[in-house]
Amino acid sequence: MSAPAGTPGTPQTSGTDRTGGAGGAAPPTPRALARRRRREALRRFAREYARNRAGLIGLAALLAIGALALTAPLFVDQAELTITGAPGAAYQPPSAEYPLGTDNFGRSILDLVVWGSRVSLTVGFLATAVSVVLGTLVGMTAGHFGASGGTAGRIVSSVLMRVTDWFLVLPTLVLAVALAAVLPRGTGTIIIAIGLTVWPATARLVRAQTLAVEARPYVERARALGGGHAHVMAWHVLPNVMPVVLAQTTLLVATSIIAESTLAFLGVGDPTTVSWGGVLEAARNAGAISSGIWWYMVPPGLAIALVALSFTLCGRALESVINPRLREQR
Amino acid sequence: MTSTPTTADGPPGAGAADAPAPPEPAGAGRAGRVARYVAGRLTTAAASLAAVVVAGFFLFRILPGDPVRAMTEGREVTAEQREELRRQFGLDEPLWRQFLDYASGLLRLDLGTSFQYREPVAELILDRLGPTVLLAGTGTVVAALLGLFLGARAGWRPGGRGDRVNTAVALFFWSVPTFWLGLLLIVFLASGRGFVPGLFPTGGMVAPGADGALETALSTARHMVLPVTTMVAVIYAQYLMIMRSSLMDEKGADYLTTARAKGLRDTLVRRRHAVPNALLPTVTLVFLNLGQVVSGVILVETVFSWPGLGQLFYSGLRVPDLGLVQGLFVVFAASVILMNLLADLVYPLLDPRVRP
Repeated sequence: MSAPAGTPGTPQTSGTDRTGGAGGAAPPTPRALARRRRREALRRFAREYARNRAGLIGLAALLAIGALALTAPLFVDQAELTITGAPGAAYQPPSAEYPLGTDNFGRSILDLVVWGSRVSLTVGFLATAVSVVLGTLVGMTAGHFGASGGTAGRIVSSVLMRVTDWFLVLPTLVLAVALAAVLPRGTGTIIIAIGLTVWPATARLVRAQTLAVEARPYVERARALGGGHAHVMAWHVLPNVMPVVLAQTTLLVATSIIAESTLAFLGVGDPTTVSWGGVLEAARNAGAISSGIWWYMVPPGLAIALVALSFTLCGRALESVINPRLREQR
Repeated sequence: MTSTPTTADGPPGAGAADAPAPPEPAGAGRAGRVARYVAGRLTTAAASLAAVVVAGFFLFRILPGDPVRAMTEGREVTAEQREELRRQFGLDEPLWRQFLDYASGLLRLDLGTSFQYREPVAELILDRLGPTVLLAGTGTVVAALLGLFLGARAGWRPGGRGDRVNTAVALFFWSVPTFWLGLLLIVFLASGRGFVPGLFPTGGMVAPGADGALETALSTARHMVLPVTTMVAVIYAQYLMIMRSSLMDEKGADYLTTARAKGLRDTLVRRRHAVPNALLPTVTLVFLNLGQVVSGVILVETVFSWPGLGQLFYSGLRVPDLGLVQGLFVVFAASVILMNLLADLVYPLLDPRVRP
């Protein structure tokens, strides 16, 4: 993994002197300069990203799906999503009134899928947030103290990496399902179960990046000027690790959304909400699979695949912008 | 589910081992180094196994608060029944005592008793082991072969049409939930209600009427088509991606220039020189990804009612039968750790560059 910092197309948010030139009063203050530099970097970043057609398609799909999920209450009547308030007859094939047919209770599948996007996206984002924060903390701590923490630091670092490797090797699904099964049912449990199991890949990535950053002279300069561990990590390492984390985050959302639907399908999800995995579980339990009611189970799965694919495309596009080695090969 | 197929930056497992060996010639020091390497790997694996044992205890005895309440959730039970269950599973004893009982039981391969089947968990697992090994083994081998083959093609000409098509297809299957793909295959190829007659059975392992070795084998093979297809479709992507990036790393190597300068044709350069070297780092990653194979097999068995460990896990979840789930958790985790140990020990035999 080559170091992305300092390459064209990387948002150079770090290294800009937030600490040094506090006293400057000349017309273009250091702060203004830094802001301008950041704005330019962002523009360059957007230009590079726009060159990646797959990434643009993924981004457009995500924006559309996000808008749909946010505005769902405007055109889906929540009362019709309950079993008692179902508007139609059971198992109606797709028609003008129900574009995707109805389920075994007579609910419109289209409404279920649209409404399900809310839970699936929420869980996907929150679980990713949990795992990214955890992975970044562990990876950065391990990388920083491994590089500049003395003997005690190296011990802490190697213990952290052992724990990470242990989690990395464990079958993720088994651990997540076990967590979801023993904790009280609910969306929060699902978020925790996924967040606690998918962080190790981020931790490894962040550690590698941290080690690359720590070897740079400006970190040495910061330390020589008296910067403590917290200062170096927050002001110098973190900003340079962020681009890599951003790409990883985008990829993790896809993983988390698939994980959410898997947990719901295995029956450890939150039974009170409508999610894509939950709809698929209901379809299987109602016997729609062996009787060939395809319209009950194709749309939710397609929705999962579409969202996961869009996030993956965006993540790969970000990766190729950040990592020039990948870009040249494109 | 952890790693995405796009980020493969060298085998993480081989990190400690890929320091260049000191130039001293083979001799007395060599045996010592090998012994140290093996001992180190064994210690790591033992520590990981111990961590699994502790995690199993913590997850299923401490986290749920009251395991009996979790076991009997949604059912009417009297206080006496609850007390009886508590005594039966030894839950009335202090925690450290419970942990000792549990840990010493594990040493004797006693995984506890299933609440649902009223049988020792170890026996249940042994009964179901065969079908799972058959399914997971076939799936992994086919997926690895397919992924490595396509990955070698894609990585040789990155950015070409073959690469773009292959990567796109692999990414699509990667984004599809395993269980949904299985359900789709059932609806369209097995239910008989779709557009084609039911070509394959919807689930199970052998048709009820099959007798004789040949007929059983044929019936099993027919029952395996859809589950194996599902597994392969979902896991081959990561092998493809790993092989692709590994081959792309080899592409600039000097020995390839030499091979070309000798006048070898392009396919020969790829097949005889680039691929064998690119395969080496891939081996470790194939073993590291076994955890995902376990995840895949649980889902595929659940969807296709395949009588293996995954379905047992699912049936334990539905009840919920925490004793059974705990036993399977320990077995799944331990088997992945042991396979990784095996990979660590075998890898230096394959690749002289990392020999201790």
